[in-house]
Amino acid sequence: MIDLDDIDRHFLRALSRDASLSAGALARQVGINQSVAWRRVKRLRDAGVFAGRRVELDLDALGFTVTVFLGIKLATKGLVSLDDFERAVRAIPEVQIVQHTLGLFDYRLRVVARDLPDFERVLRRRIMTLPGVGNVEANILLSEERLTGPI
Amino acid sequence: MKFMQIDDTDRRILRQLQAAPDALPRDLAERAGVTPATFTRRMEKMREARILRGAREDIHWPALGYAVEVSLRFSLDKTDPRAFDDFIAAARLVPEVIGIQTFLGRVDVRLLVIARDMGHYQSVYRERILTLPHISDIEALVNVATIKSETSVPL
Repeated sequence: MIDLDDIDRHFLRALSRDASLSAGALARQVGINQSVAWRRVKRLRDAGVFAGRRVELDLDALGFTVTVFLGIKLATKGLVSLDDFERAVRAIPEVQIVQHTLGLFDYRLRVVARDLPDFERVLRRRIMTLPGVGNVEANILLSEERLTGPI
Repeated sequence: MKFMQIDDTDRRILRQLQAAPDALPRDLAERAGVTPATFTRRMEKMREARILRGAREDIHWPALGYAVEVSLRFSLDKTDPRAFDDFIAAARLVPEVIGIQTFLGRVDVRLLVIARDMGHYQSVYRERILTLPHISDIEALVNVATIKSETSVPL
């Protein structure tokens, strides 16, 4: 596990808001040399602190107005059915997130759709037909905020 | 410029950008089948129209020592009109909460909570979560494995 000082934390917070910040821009924010800032960001990157860059799009403007979280309970269990399910579910383009969970549901899915009829199409044709799928609970996302977290 | 109609060229560019946000502009242009000049111009237009809002780095919390990720689903006591506002305002102050979502459905609010280990999770849960206002029910889903995590949409 990597140790962080205040400058590292500042860089993490800054980059988790705006990934396009250059080493120069980061360096100016904290008043250090640009090459030092570059080395610090590289150290963070090498330690695997960044999970990946995410492009932020205006989904409404692109015609995707509905996001739904699905809790899925499998009807049949066993290693084979988990593999089949996971392979099939990750191939669905409308499914953004798939998490294997412990608790009320076996899987948690984040699904985007153009509107409610489009969501119904995805649900009926793609989700309900997944191998082994049992109970499905849907919750429509109304608002979402991302917080910096403990850094 | 508030409203902008995107065309197939924009869509191709966004598809490539979503698939590889780290790629160099000239590579993205090539994959989208446009010249670098067109690529730059289209990107600029989409940025101005705020269709393209930028990019962020997603933090990989296990690398920072946060091995536990729990999705807590809350039903709130809706007899109090301030329930949502009070709950969300209080949840924002908990450092281990990295996401807050509100829903239409059986779940009212979901908090994404991270912790160093189960012992740490238990203390966050007892001291910071159970003390949040207006809770009527809580369900926990512990994340075992993330199979897919994307922000892409099928353009």
